[in-house]
Amino acid sequence: MQTDPNPKKSKDSPSNSDSTESTQSASPFPDDVLGKVLSFLNSDKDRSSVSLVCKDWYNAERWTRTKLFIGNCYSVSPEIVATRFPKITSVTLKGKPRFSDFNLVPQNWGADVHYWLVMFAKVYPFLEELRLKRMTVSDESLEILATAFPGFRALSLMSCDGFSTDGLKSVATHCRNLTELDIQDTDIDDFNGGWLSCFPENFGSLEVLNFASLDSEVNFDALERLVSRCKSLRVLKVNKSITLDQLQRLLLRAPQLMELGTGSFQQELLPGQFGDLESAFSNCKNLRTLSGLWEVTSVYLPVLYAACTSLTFLNLSYAALRSVEFGNLIAYCPNLRRLWVLDTVEDKGLEAVGSSCPLLEELRVFPADPFDQQLHRGVTELGFVAVSRGCSKLHYVLYFCWQMTNAAVATIVQNCPNFTHFRLCIMNPGRPDYLTNEPMDEAFGAVVKTCTKLQRLSVSGLLTDLTFEYIGKHAKNLETLSVAFAGSSDLGMQCVLEGCPKLRKLEIRDCPFGNAALLSGLEKYEKMRSLWMSSCNVTITACQQLAREMPRLNVEVMKDKESDDSQADKVYVYRSVAGPRRDAPPFVLTL
Amino acid sequence: MEGVMSHGNDLNLKATELRLGLPGTDESTSKNNKRTANELVKNSELLNGKSDAKARDGETVPASKSQIVGWPPVRSFRKNVVQPKKTEAETGNFVKVSMDGAPYLRKIDLKIYKGYQELLKALENMFKLTIGEYSEREGYKGSEYAPAYEDKDGDLMLVGDVPWDMFMSTCKRLRIMKGSEATGLGSGV
Repeated sequence: MQTDPNPKKSKDSPSNSDSTESTQSASPFPDDVLGKVLSFLNSDKDRSSVSLVCKDWYNAERWTRTKLFIGNCYSVSPEIVATRFPKITSVTLKGKPRFSDFNLVPQNWGADVHYWLVMFAKVYPFLEELRLKRMTVSDESLEILATAFPGFRALSLMSCDGFSTDGLKSVATHCRNLTELDIQDTDIDDFNGGWLSCFPENFGSLEVLNFASLDSEVNFDALERLVSRCKSLRVLKVNKSITLDQLQRLLLRAPQLMELGTGSFQQELLPGQFGDLESAFSNCKNLRTLSGLWEVTSVYLPVLYAACTSLTFLNLSYAALRSVEFGNLIAYCPNLRRLWVLDTVEDKGLEAVGSSCPLLEELRVFPADPFDQQLHRGVTELGFVAVSRGCSKLHYVLYFCWQMTNAAVATIVQNCPNFTHFRLCIMNPGRPDYLTNEPMDEAFGAVVKTCTKLQRLSVSGLLTDLTFEYIGKHAKNLETLSVAFAGSSDLGMQCVLEGCPKLRKLEIRDCPFGNAALLSGLEKYEKMRSLWMSSCNVTITACQQLAREMPRLNVEVMKDKESDDSQADKVYVYRSVAGPRRDAPPFVLTL
Repeated sequence: MEGVMSHGNDLNLKATELRLGLPGTDESTSKNNKRTANELVKNSELLNGKSDAKARDGETVPASKSQIVGWPPVRSFRKNVVQPKKTEAETGNFVKVSMDGAPYLRKIDLKIYKGYQELLKALENMFKLTIGEYSEREGYKGSEYAPAYEDKDGDLMLVGDVPWDMFMSTCKRLRIMKGSEATGLGSGV
């Protein structure tokens, strides 16, 4: 661990000639002690506070920071970062606004990691870890990554785009010390699975390998040999091309796995193979996480039973299971803390969750058929209530459904008052309480009044300004709010902006909030990471005013082709010390 | 709270009405609908134009115009999930069987029969009757019963005309007709 190369001398000696500071430090601790102490600080929040104490502490902090977290890649520039922090070994960068996940941000918007990597290659030769979320990454960038950092160990790409399997080839070929290659929810040009064969034959350091979101077939022999060599492998998530009997062979090689993502679970197995698979699973004594299970048929679920007892996270969001077969499976999982399922399990399946998983903390129910506008199957408010009854430790929920009632939500939060993340998506926009036909205001009112620890909230259904009055008044710990097709007037958004002191991210679409609402948050936006407003009633003029009055905010507008000239169809506002983007494409207007 | 629909007194049947219309139209979010409606069409054009570079299954814009861009907020790779319909492979193909004059209906799983012969035999056993032999020309002659089925279009068809596989996929329910109505099926009018 390095310390400041210009250590402050003791009080009596003349000041360092490099220092421009005229006042002497009052600190009795020499800097290397301070440096040692600060090196134990991991939280960015703490480090931020430390750096504000005085110039010495600022210096000591910057010299001891090794992990960099940048929540919005445009809030700062590579140059600024490189100047302030000389000793970075781990970087996390997030790029596009979250609504880009749902096709609301056009392609080529930006968030390209390239210039960051070019800068890192210059100033951080000892870079070990890079974690990117919603960034564009090119093959060229991956080549730089693979070749410029001899000690590089961990690459994690979540919801990224822009590269191909050629880029992965570079990484596999050159990163001799790679311990982690984790590709999630990422859309890439998958030419073929040959990249996996590029790991050298003597390479065995992998601990995490996740290529589940790639489609093409990899060379199974190469994979099997790789898995055998990597004795410390604890996370293996394969893609759909891996069959059941191949999976069984992999499990034999890596019984120490803690997290497993299976391949396709659909295959005609001979009776002997079934038994082999079953025993392979039961040999995995350390399995905590299970995912994948594409096209799983209920016939093969029993092979998992033995491994289920130790599971803490079960991700069935790609397995269209029905309530009975799911109920049978879940009965074997008493230690689950996190569960992701498809709504094909229906309310009955969720009742089984309530009775089988008393330790459950997180539940996500995804829609199997999100555009199913006629039949509206899936789960209802009853399933949610059933889970809340059986799982009092529940604090994170993402729930997609077609109907909900105020009473049900009130019951749910009464059963589970400790929600930190409450994301309810009633899939037809503007749907009222289906029993009383009233707006869903009281539901979210109950949530914010009861769940004082609430950090993240997504609202849906028919909502008036009253919902937002409740949020502004009660959600004092709220950091992230997502709103769609809700509210009645500017007042709604104003309530939130005035009332939620910890608000960091606000994303709004298709709401009747206009210029008055936008401008009411003038001072607030500098304390937030970002604001997204699309298909609301905001004009370009108001955005220009915002940009003029708040020079440290970047105000970006994207227009839809056929809209009125004055309309600001998509507005993205974020604080930045780097000034306006220099890489904005023509369709992004920086005001 | 301006613009709020009063739900207090009336039944507000409109809100619970099943329609094919745009989600969200005619409700209190109607202020936005002008834009939302336009947005549907133009956004799908916008996306069609811009996403050709990476058109993949599930990333292409949904065909139906009544779908709103980016709603529900589900990522594209999640839209590819295998539908439960595909697991019908093991859930059976149960259809109702009614017999004229019988007090209640029965249900049978078409999947367990390998062909018409087995099916008819099973029906004969279930209802204690004789159906007889099929002939293309005369239907089920020599019996006062005729097995018929309702197909996907809702038409009443004689069992046995089409290949078994086609029958299995188009048969929605079975009806055993009796008496003069039954014999009328096979004979020319």
